[in-house]
Amino acid sequence: MSIIELKNVSQQFDQLSVLNSINLNLDKGEVMGLFGHNGAGKTTTMKMILGLLKPSAGTVRVFGEEPAHSNFNHFRYRIGFLPENVSFYQQLTGLEVLRFFAKLKKVSLERCLELLEQVGLTEASSRKVKTYSKGMKQRLGLAQAILTEPSLLLLDEPTVGLDPIATQEFYQIVDNLKNKGCSIILCSHVLPGVEKHIDKVAILSKGQLAAYGSVQKLREQTSLPTKINFSGCFNIEELSNKLNTRITTNQEGIFSLEVAPNEKLQTVKTLLTQPGIQDLDTFPPNLEQLYYHFVISNQANLSQKSSNGEIPSTTGDKIRLLRKGEKS
Amino acid sequence: MRSVFAVAEKELKDGLRNRWLIAITLVFAVIASGLSWFGSASVGSIGFSSIANTVTSLSSLNVFLLPLIALLLAYPAIVGEDEDGTLLLLLTYPLTKGELLLGKLLGQTSILSIATIIGFGSACLSILFFADDVKASELFNAFGLFIVSAILLGMIFICLSYVISSWVSEKSKAAGIALIIWFFFVLIYDMGLLGLLVATEGQIEADVFPYLLLFNPTDIFRLVNLVTFKTNGTGLLSIASDQSFSLLGLISSMLAWIILPFSLAYYRLVKRPI
Repeated sequence: MSIIELKNVSQQFDQLSVLNSINLNLDKGEVMGLFGHNGAGKTTTMKMILGLLKPSAGTVRVFGEEPAHSNFNHFRYRIGFLPENVSFYQQLTGLEVLRFFAKLKKVSLERCLELLEQVGLTEASSRKVKTYSKGMKQRLGLAQAILTEPSLLLLDEPTVGLDPIATQEFYQIVDNLKNKGCSIILCSHVLPGVEKHIDKVAILSKGQLAAYGSVQKLREQTSLPTKINFSGCFNIEELSNKLNTRITTNQEGIFSLEVAPNEKLQTVKTLLTQPGIQDLDTFPPNLEQLYYHFVISNQANLSQKSSNGEIPSTTGDKIRLLRKGEKS
Repeated sequence: MRSVFAVAEKELKDGLRNRWLIAITLVFAVIASGLSWFGSASVGSIGFSSIANTVTSLSSLNVFLLPLIALLLAYPAIVGEDEDGTLLLLLTYPLTKGELLLGKLLGQTSILSIATIIGFGSACLSILFFADDVKASELFNAFGLFIVSAILLGMIFICLSYVISSWVSEKSKAAGIALIIWFFFVLIYDMGLLGLLVATEGQIEADVFPYLLLFNPTDIFRLVNLVTFKTNGTGLLSIASDQSFSLLGLISSMLAWIILPFSLAYYRLVKRPI
């Protein structure tokens, strides 16, 4: 049984369509990355899974039940949620805040102390939350999300405000929970570092599912080139002709070339037979490149439709922004 | 029920940390002591005059103060949680919207009750110990009823705050509307009734008119503290004097004033877009 199942889910607010025929599945112990620009429908999707919103059309099932139904309440003990930008209760101390949430989920005081230790807030636990930094609030948020060792965990921008070490520790917690069989949705627009912790990617763009599947599967769907870096002594012109591609070099003397996925192996073999070769690295397209690829092609599709007179669009500007690396 | 108490406990703690509890208690104690000892200064005497006088002047002052305090205490209840992002989080917990609202009511009523009991209770005790020829039973009855009705009045305005708070989307808007509500019930409504009375030159149905007082919770509160002393009210309340309102009826209408706004607040919270 899938933990989460979304079938043809659409959501409309008044006349505005926020989500359009979304199909998603999440199995036990799977980690899904849910990516998209602001307003792509990430939070709306999360809210529907949490039962805070009813879909306008289609069905949402969590643990096989309808989450917006009042009978769903006892499943909520098994769900953890870390919202984006939560400031908690400023006047209470970290421990008091966690105790409050623990009481709602019938969790003991010992577990609270243990969690505070785990997220590194033991020393700050008797200080008021209003003195906390963004990162500390985020860690407190994580602690409340995993109070019950949940079966389903939804994390909205979990690593915002965390320093690199804390981020690393955070992903360790995620991996541990996953190994215990917890299904996790990680919602983010920060992509680097996330790749190796997720099994599946869902990319939302303008309320549509622009891409869905494992990172590997998405790579196969695109024909984005693999980058190969190598170093050594070569006759570059000769090599370039032989491989039939353009080779560039940087100041440190590392050569690089880009090659289509199906020619990758052949190219590597050729390179390895070169007598002068000293080192070689291959870089398949990373999540960030896949993300841009899918978002831009989805928006290009939409703007094509709009040029046929369907939707007036500013997508062109958005694409330009995205190309500059703007994540909004 | 456990979650209701958890929410209530959190509200109470919040009230303690904010110094709300201490501030309200002090205000009540100062006012109550001041009025019981210097309340009759305007008629030329200083010192304790009578239980009836003290309680009547306490109730006419608290009619202004208590609703204001209750509204200020409770207006951020829902909209504040929403702005801090905790409402979204709480609703993903095994906690229904009804439990959340009930917990808030319980917690904030506790704050108000503790402040009322300590504040007015201390004045009551000071009268008992230092004033001459006061019957303890009479004093306790009067102050007991006063404190209970004050708590009910506070609850009414807390519930009215919840209606605002679960309806609007910004905290500042909620604060503004809370002040308008206060102004309406404390000043405008009674002035309107007086105006009606004057404009019709008293020709209005005498049987119906007193019941219009029941549409204003602050008037009910004052009536409650009048009926026990069998004294006639002054101003607008004098019209109710011939009409015999029973204490039970008055308390019931106060309860209705709690239940109706609370239900409306619950309905708005259910409808509120998250």
